[in-house]
Amino acid sequence: MAGLAADNLTCIKRDRVLFSDLSFCLSPGQLIYLRGPNGAGKTSLLRILTGLSAPESGQLLLNDESLDKVRDSFNQQLIYVGHKAGINGALTAMENLRFWCAQHGTDFIAQRAYEVLARLGLVGLEDVPVRMLSAGQQRRVALSRLWLKQATYWILDEPFTALDTDGIELLETHMREHVANQGAIITTSHQPLSKQAGPFTELVLEYRL
Amino acid sequence: MWKWLHPYAKPERAYQLCVTLQPYFLWPGILCLVAGSIWGLAFAPQDYQQGDSFRIIYIHVPSAILSMSTYVAMAVAALVGIVWQWRTAFMAMIAMAPIGAVVTFIALFTGAAWGKPMWGTWWVWDARLTSELILLFLYLGVIALYGAFEDKQQAGKAAGVMALVGVVNVPIIHYSVEWWNTLHQGATISKFDKPSIAPEMLWPLLIALLGLALFIAAVTVMRMKNEIIRREYHRPWVKDLAARALGDDHAV
Amino acid sequence: MNTLINGIFKRDMALAFRQRSELAQPLMFLLMVITLFPLGIGPGPVTLQKIGPGVIWIAAILSSLLAMERLFRDDFWDGSLEQYMLSGQSVAAIAAVKVLVHWLVSFLPLALFSPLLALFLNLTVDMYIALMLTLVLGTPLLSLVGAIAVGLTVGLQRGGVLLALLLIPVFIPLLIFATSAVDSAALQLPYRAQLAIIGAMLMLAMASAPFAIAYALKVSQN
Repeated sequence: MAGLAADNLTCIKRDRVLFSDLSFCLSPGQLIYLRGPNGAGKTSLLRILTGLSAPESGQLLLNDESLDKVRDSFNQQLIYVGHKAGINGALTAMENLRFWCAQHGTDFIAQRAYEVLARLGLVGLEDVPVRMLSAGQQRRVALSRLWLKQATYWILDEPFTALDTDGIELLETHMREHVANQGAIITTSHQPLSKQAGPFTELVLEYRL
Repeated sequence: MWKWLHPYAKPERAYQLCVTLQPYFLWPGILCLVAGSIWGLAFAPQDYQQGDSFRIIYIHVPSAILSMSTYVAMAVAALVGIVWQWRTAFMAMIAMAPIGAVVTFIALFTGAAWGKPMWGTWWVWDARLTSELILLFLYLGVIALYGAFEDKQQAGKAAGVMALVGVVNVPIIHYSVEWWNTLHQGATISKFDKPSIAPEMLWPLLIALLGLALFIAAVTVMRMKNEIIRREYHRPWVKDLAARALGDDHAV
Repeated sequence: MNTLINGIFKRDMALAFRQRSELAQPLMFLLMVITLFPLGIGPGPVTLQKIGPGVIWIAAILSSLLAMERLFRDDFWDGSLEQYMLSGQSVAAIAAVKVLVHWLVSFLPLALFSPLLALFLNLTVDMYIALMLTLVLGTPLLSLVGAIAVGLTVGLQRGGVLLALLLIPVFIPLLIFATSAVDSAALQLPYRAQLAIIGAMLMLAMASAPFAIAYALKVSQN
């Protein structure tokens, strides 16, 4: 099966079983909307998918190969935007993006970065320390990675947090285009995805005691 | 080669192993400890220089030796846990930590008590006492680090790393302190350095050493049982176990 | 290699210079601690010369504990650490570069201070040379070993005191060898042996610490 497959994942946090024997596949051209109440393990699942934490049992497969074996090539094909933005407040938006691109081995073209930031409504704020920006603007800086790095897999944890309606529409449109270009996205969101985001599959996690 | 060990990575199997091993450690341990102590304290001959006060070696020496060995055992458990990702290995490690700290404290205390008649003061910065003190700090660090984490699985791994850092340091600390001591105290010869020991003194010492080792193993196994139960209490096998234990009680 | 230089080294350098005041604080702490000793023990030149090497090294260890905390703290809390781990670079290499930058910005300034410290504590020129050599070999060791404990405690809300509890016993051998090297220098004795031992410990730490730091950071991520 092409794509990122989860095979019988079980996650235990603080001695509580969050989910067990969870299997699904995220294929190119697919958008999975991960839903569930607080504490159901959405963030834990996304972190397991990225490889940041390990499942209690079960494994991940990328194109039918164990993910552990192809971790480096998977990382090149992955953008993760988590709860924590991964943006340093003392650096400017441009610096943050430049260093992030350097770390991820992506060519950084300043012109392109200015364009992306402009599209995200951050004109004139490119060289201000990010700490001075509003929460929504900081989120936009974090999300601008989705425009700067070419990657098949997007793993997004509450990407719409703090965004205004314009921002949400912008991001949903970009997600739809990405899926249309054979991208694969798994995202959580406390508000339902709108039509802008295009067709999606739902994956629901229940809260378990 | 080590394949036969792997089933014990499962908490349930590890628990059963603990239950099986406990009596083999506990009773011989207590027996040797009592026998060694009585023989050493009451029947072994007096030291011609130190009189009766030397008899504290029957407690001091075993605890000093085993304080170091327990730390090494902890580090081995941590290494096993990190390399093979066994959760039970970290449980074993953390089961040993407070025991090791107590044994280290006993070694320090008896060392100080021995120092009183020998040196006329409770504490001198003797090389071995100083190493023991630093070892106690290392134990306390591991325990404190373990306690600082909410998530005990994470706590075990973190404490394991620290135990490994410590074990690399234990020999360095030991030799550096010994060297520091000779540097600062010049020609004074350590009272602990005995050229040889009479066999009638050595035998009770060895028995006490064996007894304490077995006793530490027994307490480790008991603590590990508790740790496994505490961490796995929501698993079906623990519930079965509890039901059976309760059933037995009712039967009695 | 380029990714490490452009992505981590330059970034941390830029950050360090943007947070200069935070960097200066541990050094000021060091200076003040050293000032306390003549005041508390007495300013006799002989006494000061005798305790000088120990005082400087103890102050360096204590101030390093303060400085060390910021090594991974911001990266952990703002999520940069997650991004490093998903960058496809080896976490051990990233950690090594970060420790290097940390050493450059927090211990190299100590070299600028050191003549002043030597003056304060009445060290002879021979002692000063020995002190500098032990600092050059010993402080990277502080950074490397300290970073392991920082990696372990970074996720804890109040890790500061715990960090000190974990690290002080581990730094004792370094303290012993470093001060004894300076003491030997005071007596015009050779001190190559002590330097060699510190060097050996540094080599061991350079070879193994980055992997331990990487593991520690992964544990903290869980």
